[in-house]
Amino acid sequence: MDRFVFLTVDGLSRGAVYAAFALALVLIWRAARVVNFAQGAMAVAAAYVAFTVSTATGSYWLGFVVAIVAGLLLGALVDRVVMRHVDHASPLNPVIVALGLVLLIQAVLGMVYGNEFRPAEAPLRRSALTVGGFAVLSPYDLFVFATIGVVVSGLAWLFARTPVGLRMRAAAFAPEVSRLLGVNVGGMLTLGWALASGVGALAAMLVLPTELGLHPHAMDLVFVSAFTAAVVGGLDSPPGAVVGGLVVGLLLSYVSGYAGSDLTPLAVLVLLLAVLLVRPGGLFAPVVARRV
Amino acid sequence: MERGLELHHIGVRFGGLTALDDVSLRVPPNRVVGVIGPNGAGKTTLFNVICGFVAPESGSLTLDGRPLRPRPHRLTRLGIARTLQGTGLFAGLSVLENVMTGASHTARAGFVPALLGLPASDRDERRLRRHALAILDDLGIVEHAEAAPTTLPFAVRQRVALARALAARPRLLLLDEPAGGLGADDIAELAELVRQLPRRDTDPCAVLLVEHHMDLVMAVCDELVVLDFGRVIAAGTPDEIRDDPAVTDAYLGATVEEEVSP
Repeated sequence: MDRFVFLTVDGLSRGAVYAAFALALVLIWRAARVVNFAQGAMAVAAAYVAFTVSTATGSYWLGFVVAIVAGLLLGALVDRVVMRHVDHASPLNPVIVALGLVLLIQAVLGMVYGNEFRPAEAPLRRSALTVGGFAVLSPYDLFVFATIGVVVSGLAWLFARTPVGLRMRAAAFAPEVSRLLGVNVGGMLTLGWALASGVGALAAMLVLPTELGLHPHAMDLVFVSAFTAAVVGGLDSPPGAVVGGLVVGLLLSYVSGYAGSDLTPLAVLVLLLAVLLVRPGGLFAPVVARRV
Repeated sequence: MERGLELHHIGVRFGGLTALDDVSLRVPPNRVVGVIGPNGAGKTTLFNVICGFVAPESGSLTLDGRPLRPRPHRLTRLGIARTLQGTGLFAGLSVLENVMTGASHTARAGFVPALLGLPASDRDERRLRRHALAILDDLGIVEHAEAAPTTLPFAVRQRVALARALAARPRLLLLDEPAGGLGADDIAELAELVRQLPRRDTDPCAVLLVEHHMDLVMAVCDELVVLDFGRVIAAGTPDEIRDDPAVTDAYLGATVEEEVSP
């Protein structure tokens, strides 16, 4: 029972990060109909910027804020400089370009920072507090939950209750019509990329201290997990991405705890395969809306 | 000042095909002007020129005497709004949100206040919402505000599209075949609505109407322009046009024959 509670809490904590990362994927998918396979690499790049700032100034929190800003800027940059100029006629084109971007970013990070693990420190204690004999939440888990909670509800509010969010949704649904209505469609697209990339950078900052540390490939497995979470949620549904993230986090935590941590990469891929085979539209999106 | 939108000697060619040839017309403030003509006469091209989707090869446009170089995304800022054939509503947004989007260029608060949840963005949102609800109420469809457009009958969707265009508070409204797909009763209601637009107390506007449906055109327009093969073959009041033999030949006559011989 003790073990189960620990694994559940740990799974939810990791799942919250997957949820945020999956949400970033969904944001770009909805805005641009692109699965951003470069998101992991982009997030790592932002984390390296944070690492540099934190090392130079000695302040973790300054680095944390810089990571998010760097993520926002990097997202806008990737849209303006790269993705905007890709012919979206075939869905494969942006995918190939994104994969190329992964190679490019990881190579540049390797050249600048070296291909070795660097310690990523947690700002708060990661050892669990015990409540009634059970080891439950660590302060760091609480920090993760609170941060992701704020981000997810903030995004929900932005899209549902602000004129900017409304314009972003309109531009995503029908760009030509939106343009006639005076919506700056290109700007909304850039904004979508920036937001998604900022959320991705935040997720990387939260997850890296729980992993081996900072490395150009540090987010590869997280990306696969988050992608699975997004697919579980239907790729088109922000609430679906959040639920999918928690499901994947729990599953991986149980597999790792009861069956061995070597099996977790396999478990993610099995889940991904199973969802794609049984419900390719995800658990939340209407199946008919899918185009492949 | 009685200027409004003016087109001077507009010419448009697609390859070897002449879509518009020396077309001049004027839409004075608060008047309803109709453009009619057979299929392929250049009516839609004319709209696309005004919206900036098509750049004319020759001629010029002026708005209240000032030169106008239309671009689609700047149209609403110039006080021009357009409806599309087949409504063009956002399927994923509610009726209210569709109409709010029509006025979103008036939102003053930018992205940063929105993200930080500052009051400026809140005020904007509430103002847009009130404005959109008032327009839906005017058009008698406020009870559908929260519905998804795809669940509504076509006539209501058409009206939502009109509401969305009006939400921009245009001085000039471009209506692209608004009667398409409507039944006789709906067309009569639409005619009444369009006739009222220039006479409203709040935000009155001029209307430029492209339409096949003769009943509607004759009922609502102050002036008519008849296009055939990209040229203006007649212009005048509905009564004058009805009696013009060139028009009867080119357009009305053909329609009558089609209807007579099924």
